[in-house]
Amino acid sequence: MEPLLEIRELKKTFKIKNFFGATTEVQALKGISLAINKGESLGIVGESGCGKSTLANLIIRLDEPTDGAIILDGQDISHIKEKELRRLRSRIQIVFQDPYSSLSPRMTVEQILTEPMCVAGTKTFTEMRQKAVELLELVGMRSSNLTRYPHEFSGGQRQRLSIARALTTEPEILILDEPTSALDVSVQAQVLNILTSLQKKMDLTYLFISHNLAVVKYISNRTAVMYRGKVMEIGPSKNILMSPAHPYTKKLLEAVPIVGKPFHQPDTEDASVNEEDILDGCGYYYRCPFAEKKCLGKLPGFIEKANDHLVSCWKV
Amino acid sequence: MENILSIKNLSVSLSGKRGIVPILHNISLEVEAGHILGIVGESGSGKSMTAFAITQLLPGGRKSIVDGSISFCGQDLTKKTETEMTKFRGKEIAMIFQEPMTCLNPVFTIGRQMKDVIMTHQKKNAREATKQAEKMLEQVHIRDAGRVLKCYPYELSGGMRQRVMIAIALSCSPKLLIADEPTTALDVTIQAQIIFLIKEACKATGTGVIFISHDLGVVSQLCDTIAVMYSGQIVEVGSAADVLTHPHHPYTKALLASIPSFTTREDGDDKLSAIPGMVPDPLEHIPGCRFAPRCSYAMDICHNQVPPPQICANGHSLHCHLQREGEN
Repeated sequence: MEPLLEIRELKKTFKIKNFFGATTEVQALKGISLAINKGESLGIVGESGCGKSTLANLIIRLDEPTDGAIILDGQDISHIKEKELRRLRSRIQIVFQDPYSSLSPRMTVEQILTEPMCVAGTKTFTEMRQKAVELLELVGMRSSNLTRYPHEFSGGQRQRLSIARALTTEPEILILDEPTSALDVSVQAQVLNILTSLQKKMDLTYLFISHNLAVVKYISNRTAVMYRGKVMEIGPSKNILMSPAHPYTKKLLEAVPIVGKPFHQPDTEDASVNEEDILDGCGYYYRCPFAEKKCLGKLPGFIEKANDHLVSCWKV
Repeated sequence: MENILSIKNLSVSLSGKRGIVPILHNISLEVEAGHILGIVGESGSGKSMTAFAITQLLPGGRKSIVDGSISFCGQDLTKKTETEMTKFRGKEIAMIFQEPMTCLNPVFTIGRQMKDVIMTHQKKNAREATKQAEKMLEQVHIRDAGRVLKCYPYELSGGMRQRVMIAIALSCSPKLLIADEPTTALDVTIQAQIIFLIKEACKATGTGVIFISHDLGVVSQLCDTIAVMYSGQIVEVGSAADVLTHPHHPYTKALLASIPSFTTREDGDDKLSAIPGMVPDPLEHIPGCRFAPRCSYAMDICHNQVPPPQICANGHSLHCHLQREGEN
């Protein structure tokens, strides 16, 4: 089956100018390849700074990739122009992490929900209003909320509004960039339930970004583990989280605190200091307990551990 | 072991634009030396306010405390003046906050900020203070302490900043350490390191710790005792193993059930059990149990009468009508 969204060797380099005008380059993504099928949800996990959000921004084209291709339904969208972007964005929508800063405080719920439809320009005013009411009900909120402002809502309700707003243009792909990490567990459960039921109802495709492995497992069929701008391991969520193959995935899983699991003493070194960037080899080299000389050389590429479960590590 | 801190029947109200808002209702807690007490609950349940009440940093000052006592090593903190309190804060009672970037001053080096604390509370000159600062940084496993002392906060990663905060907090060997969601802004791997540091410091120096968090997983790995708070009340207190494996209060049960685990959704699609609704506004007058409107086991009595405290086995105590009914 042809994947709905395919990413080929995507690279993004940011140029950072310092006070004196000298530029340094930061490679946020060092060649990422992913494919998402229709109706599937792909989870992306990794620590902060691994390039998760950069990837999201590139897919929705808030930023332009340095190299590589993003292919939606057979069309390369990695360098398309402003005009086509508008059409594109009604097909791909995004929900951000912070529900407090991603809704305009000066707009009512109705304005927030109808604005994307105005931009798309395909509906009359009454249709838009009706759609807004429908969407509110979909995310479990009353239509009487249309005249209220974002500050009147709690974090969980705002995140539901963000989801409703993302759905206004009837997108095929929804990018969820840590949608629950600012929420309490009880509210997180509400939002996760809404997301799973919406996916079934509307046949949505999710790209779910999070650093919470249990949440990713709950939402997504497949999971990709990222580290320093590269995918370390990708496969069915069950495989990745129950029988991880990459040393980094194992370490991430060990660190997750779970009720009833005894505390696993971590190594106390902070690896983010004094670590130079590795261009060719495995980015995890400096922290990996199994690191060998050959890890600094060219990466082995993806090795198939089990059906669909790919790992980029010499150890497998 | 002796209690370092014992809070008895503490009630706090803040006065603001909306009138007098009751924030904490009749709270009692105890912290032993070398023990870690975890306080868990949703946002708005009064966890941080309890911490502020102990350090007397409530927005309304001392007059916010309506009733009750906070006894710290035999002294009632509610009766202390502001000048007397400054001798406690930082020295006897230290605090770590959620966002280490906003707690460190961006225009001073780490060394300067650490020396400030040490020299204010201890009779040490600058050189001795620097030496101690370096020692403290090494204690939190920072490798090149000398270099970090010369750094500004922006030069450090989130995990490093939080370590510096812990080093500052421990630098005057406090009797009580209050950690207010210290790992919420951090990655899981860094979080595990911070949990380890707090655990280590507590066992090594006999410091009592109050660890505030909304993450039951974190609390389960770190704490000896757990207090579950809801809307300004403590609904259940008990040993960590007890509360987490045999929760009695419906709120604790609901919180535990709402955490997605690696095994949920294994077969098909079982829904996560979310708690409907949200934490009530502190101004909202609820005559009975404050959790009753969201409780799936609520009975008539729950809506009318405040449940009295009751003690179960192993010093486990809770406020719930349901449990009493079950016994009768």
